[in-house]
Amino acid sequence: MSETSRIGSLQLQLRASPHLKAPDTTPRIMWNVVGSLVPVIAAATWYFGPSALLVISAATAGALLTERAFAPPGSLADGSAAITGILLGLTLPPGVPLWIAFVGGAFGIGFGKLVFGGLGQNIFNPALLGRAFLQAAFPAAMTTWPGSPAAWGQLRGDNLAFPFTSPSVDAVTEATPLGLMKFESAPTDVGSLMIGATGGSLGETAGIVILVCGAYLAVRNYLNWRIPVSIFLSVAILSGLLFSLDSTRFPSPLFALFSGGLMLGAMYMATDLVTSPVTNVGAWIFGFGIGILVVVIRTWGGLPEGVMYAILLMNALVPFINRATQPRPYGSRGTNAGREAEA
Amino acid sequence: MHARLSFRHGVHPPEHKSLTAGVPVRRMPYPDEIVLPLRQHAGKPARLLVQPGDRVERGDKIGEADGFVSVPIHASSAGTVRDIGWWPHPDGSMAEAVRITVDRYSPQIPRPRIIPRWEGLTPDQVVRAVQRAGVVGLGGAAFPTHVKLLPPEDVAVDTLIVNGAECEPYLTTDHRVMVEYPERVHFGIRVMLHTLGVSRAIIGVERNKPDAIEALQSTVPDDLDVSVQGLTVKYPQGYEKMLIQVLTGREVPPGKFPMHVGAVVQNVASLACIAEVFETGLPLIERVVTVSGPGLRRPSNLIVPVGAKIRDVIEFCGGLLDEASEVVFGGPMMGASQPDLDAPIIKSTTGVVALTRRESKARRTYPCIHCGRCLDACPVFLNPSELGILAQAGRYEEMEDASLATCMLCGCCSYVCPSNIPLSQMFALAKAGAQRRKQQAA
Repeated sequence: MSETSRIGSLQLQLRASPHLKAPDTTPRIMWNVVGSLVPVIAAATWYFGPSALLVISAATAGALLTERAFAPPGSLADGSAAITGILLGLTLPPGVPLWIAFVGGAFGIGFGKLVFGGLGQNIFNPALLGRAFLQAAFPAAMTTWPGSPAAWGQLRGDNLAFPFTSPSVDAVTEATPLGLMKFESAPTDVGSLMIGATGGSLGETAGIVILVCGAYLAVRNYLNWRIPVSIFLSVAILSGLLFSLDSTRFPSPLFALFSGGLMLGAMYMATDLVTSPVTNVGAWIFGFGIGILVVVIRTWGGLPEGVMYAILLMNALVPFINRATQPRPYGSRGTNAGREAEA
Repeated sequence: MHARLSFRHGVHPPEHKSLTAGVPVRRMPYPDEIVLPLRQHAGKPARLLVQPGDRVERGDKIGEADGFVSVPIHASSAGTVRDIGWWPHPDGSMAEAVRITVDRYSPQIPRPRIIPRWEGLTPDQVVRAVQRAGVVGLGGAAFPTHVKLLPPEDVAVDTLIVNGAECEPYLTTDHRVMVEYPERVHFGIRVMLHTLGVSRAIIGVERNKPDAIEALQSTVPDDLDVSVQGLTVKYPQGYEKMLIQVLTGREVPPGKFPMHVGAVVQNVASLACIAEVFETGLPLIERVVTVSGPGLRRPSNLIVPVGAKIRDVIEFCGGLLDEASEVVFGGPMMGASQPDLDAPIIKSTTGVVALTRRESKARRTYPCIHCGRCLDACPVFLNPSELGILAQAGRYEEMEDASLATCMLCGCCSYVCPSNIPLSQMFALAKAGAQRRKQQAA
């Protein structure tokens, strides 16, 4: 919205107020999120070897190429497609064939974002939508957790499988901590969960790393801290209640917090700016809803993990949450309206 | 320990006040030509009284108040009326204006006049004297001051709120007035309290001006109930609505005036101006203006005759630097950028700020990512994100349902928007459209 007029040698700009701008821009926020994921990717590579980098790259390539092909030119620069690809890659098992990761990234961007009208318009988190699609389309590949190979540099599972062939699974598979808990009531040591020395999806294991990276984003105001805090609170309280009822059947609160995709989901997926509520009261409701759904699905559902579905379900409710938690305008009710307006 | 004097939300733009905060006010010499638009205040423009060729002395009336919500315009310099016609107005439009060629040899002494003694006057007479002197709010809105002195019968005013917040970056106009003329501010308060029949006045000053707080506190007359309150430094602390809420805990309902919650708000410079009217008998023909910004060679606080062209003021301050790219009237948060440096300083001009390419760099606009920062910034608790989406879709009636009328166009939402969506600009357009529809319906 600017125009210039020439006065002598001086060019004067005409712009609408305000003439100052806060330094943050949408690409800056997005690329900061990408940057904050580097330690998480590093941890995944540390634990799962080159497979981690390959799978994350394949998912990101799928996301970026789809964005490049169908979105308006230049939209790659805003960084949002890169986030979707990397986050999707981090939720995949290390042994997943690369072409499946690629399809997931393409689906997440194409059907999770672009069909809604691109950046800012989508209802569901594109990375999680991509993962949900893969879970439905390739259930076997998505639930195969190969064990550790002899050497760090060896691939985990059949990453290089040719599209639409059955992967040749000759590696030994292992169960994830949540699977062990659900089907064998065997808890994993919380210490290993926190540092990530367990089986599981690529970027979901190193709980402490994710927590620190997410905290960085929260401090920079690139994510709404109320969302992860409310998820952690509700998961801890609910699983604490269950744990106190029967500590042999139900996991401890710390196990619940650091197992599965909860850390990554709470810090990076639920806090996606586009698909979370705009109001702060809404953020609390959204987070509590996710936490409750996670515990319900993990405890009574057929699957060991429920973070993905919990977030997608709450994504669908965001328009209603926004509507119900609109701030009360100044002066609209007596003298305290402003102060009552929100938390 | 008293309560934290602040409102919720708002933003913290860089202040940049140190450029001129310590610079004493000095008088700018008379330029060769003065241009006086007949519309310099909220309300009806003044009615023209002079013709080309007329000789005027400093302080002579050249435009008469047209009704109660209007004030006269006075010549700020002795000289000859050269021309009457359309001239660039600092609001970006063209307005009818009187051009006066300044008499270089005049001693600029006003005609002999009777200085009114305010103690003997009834409230009505004070109101008329203030109107005759052309006094308007000098904080930027230029609402005729005398209207605020005469509340309707059915409202009970109990507090005079004095606005010394000055929350706009770069501006130090009110700051210098408070530091250099605290007695005048108190004199103005005395006149207002007397006229309103109110006993209590509260001066609100942002805490980044400790010298102003100190100057005001040490000069409070013994017989007046005046308290000076330090306010949290935050934009838009100086907005009437925010100030009333912070200092009295009251909220002004939409469509109502501060009077309806028992408060009258007056800017410190306007009060000093009232004092001048009763000290010297001179009308409002000059004002303190901060001329500042990174694009200006010599940032200053000046007493400028109303009607001096920006070009002349900037030249007196050493001129613009090569990297200057935008000249803003008022503060950078709400001010208007000027296409034409021939536009004059008018009664409501608080400052002239020259910005450089660094501040006014064009940025790309992205779609709304629903980050919610605008909601956290809006001091009147609107949902600018939703209002912006409605505006882009042209759904103006729905914007009115979403409390568009409460918006004060402070610009906080545009300031924080990472997608660089021109929210407050869209809201200004939507408000103008709503006004037009209302007029058409009536």
